Amino acid sequence: MSSLALRGLRVEYGGCAVLSNIDETLARGEWLCLIGPNGAGKSSLLRAVARLVEYSGVVEVDGRSVTDFGARELARRVAFVPQDPLLPDDMSVVDYLMLGRNPYIPTFGRDSAADRAIVADLIEELSLGVYARRMLGTLSGGERQRVVIGRALAQEAAVLLLDEPTSALDLGHQQHALELVDRLRHSRDLTVISAMHDLTLAGLYSDRLLLLHQGVAVARGTANEVLRSETLAEFYGVSARVIHETDGTVVVVPLRTIENR
Amino acid sequence: MSGSRSAWWLSGGLAVLVAGVVGVTLGPAGPTWWRVPIAMLDHLPLISLDSGVSEAQWNIVWQIRAPRVVLAALVGAMLSLAGASYQGVFRNPLVDPYLLGVAAGAGLGATVAFAVGRETTTTWAIDPVPLAAFVGGLVAVVLTYTIGTAFGRSRSATTLVLAGVAVTSLTTAMQTFVLQRNNDVVRQVYSWILGRLTSATWGDVRLVLPYIGVSAITLLSYRRIIDVLRVGDDEARALGVNVAMVRIIVVLAATLGTSAAVAVSGLIGFVGIIVPHAIRLLAGASNRIVMPLSMFAGAAFLIAADVPGRILTSPSETPIGVVTAFFGAPFFLFLLRMRDVRQ
Repeated sequence: MSSLALRGLRVEYGGCAVLSNIDETLARGEWLCLIGPNGAGKSSLLRAVARLVEYSGVVEVDGRSVTDFGARELARRVAFVPQDPLLPDDMSVVDYLMLGRNPYIPTFGRDSAADRAIVADLIEELSLGVYARRMLGTLSGGERQRVVIGRALAQEAAVLLLDEPTSALDLGHQQHALELVDRLRHSRDLTVISAMHDLTLAGLYSDRLLLLHQGVAVARGTANEVLRSETLAEFYGVSARVIHETDGTVVVVPLRTIENR
Repeated sequence: MSGSRSAWWLSGGLAVLVAGVVGVTLGPAGPTWWRVPIAMLDHLPLISLDSGVSEAQWNIVWQIRAPRVVLAALVGAMLSLAGASYQGVFRNPLVDPYLLGVAAGAGLGATVAFAVGRETTTTWAIDPVPLAAFVGGLVAVVLTYTIGTAFGRSRSATTLVLAGVAVTSLTTAMQTFVLQRNNDVVRQVYSWILGRLTSATWGDVRLVLPYIGVSAITLLSYRRIIDVLRVGDDEARALGVNVAMVRIIVVLAATLGTSAAVAVSGLIGFVGIIVPHAIRLLAGASNRIVMPLSMFAGAAFLIAADVPGRILTSPSETPIGVVTAFFGAPFFLFLLRMRDVRQ
């Protein structure tokens, strides 16, 4: 059974379609990366899967439509990390991670020993021990990203949605964050959908790419199949050199269009 | 962590107890102050002490001061808890318990009740002023909520707050109109607006207790969820919270309690903003601590604030709203300064 299936997915804002006719099936443990220019519909797709926007069509998790689930049930199956998460400056890292346990804690109850153990394990796994008691406002960009991913993992959901997970990070931290997601998806068998702007990194870490343009899927496949200079010229309006390395890595380098001197 | 929490609960309880004892001990009439605690012990079961307090003097303590202290505690606790709750669900540190028009609506209700004529209404079985204030406050909030949700797509918090501003303006204008037509009650209305606990009776306590009780229990049971809302509506929804419903329930509960408090005490400003903030500065921002601790601190603060009002300008009284602002504002600035120094 597929872990996640989208059929005829369509999202409209004010009567205007921002996403239409999306069909996609992901197996357990698979990583799909959404690429495309700004406004292509990447975030809308992620938000529809997390049921944060109205949509038509079908979104299925583990063979059941997400509309069958209550909000808490859905949060146990799908974890969502927005592009610009709101981190209260005066909340401690451990309290923030505990928010991820909300779908398991009764509405009027409090965190159990099991919840605290799961958060403690996460702190260990993500090497957050030194930050655990620190306030979120004191963390650097890379540390914040790790904490946000940690909060999503605390939900113990099989599907992880990441909207631009590396947009605010330097090259080293981008690599660390994506390595972390890659390691966790293998160890926890997570199904990942991420929206990303860096095409080289997108191709490097994901299994498949889905190129969106004006809300429509215009190309899909492996990095080798999707990342072609003519495709990028057509949909990004960019002239870029695409280098296919012998080890399968695809490197996208934008070309300077104005002659030097 | 739990150790420091216990210390906070203990301090909160102690503050209320000390303020309560001071509150019933001091006053312009009645027994010598140091005899009062002895008389109180004497009235406890199984304890017999010679306090030297006559029956008439004990009546001043029990029938006049005690209900006033208990009412101050209830109103202070309610306004502080409502303030903390509103600030939590709207993620806005500047909102107060009167945000959605409770104050203006209650003011209009009370003004109308005064305008009808105290001479007429004194013969009524029930004092109409608290009742009119209560109804006025609730009507204003229902109006705010109806407008806010009718015009705001997806029930946005901002639209609701703006609707509150509009309803406040409207009801204030109506109140001004009624006052213009009834110049003779301006003084009474003004004194009511500044807040008073002067005429508090055990009847008032019984009147507000059910509303404040239901409101407080509801709000406190949502304090963990209000903490989840701190990461924003979208993320809270993605974490399984029904944000719109939580916001409705918290707003309605806070409003119900506030309306009841306003009905018996008038408009006591500043408590709902300053107390939760003071607690956040001292004990951290988690609503699981801020909300219950604000109740203790609000109760102690209002009991204490009521004491200078009845002694300083005796035999006339200084409105409690004046005292809360006069002492509250510098204290709050002191706390802000302390935080800056600590950081």
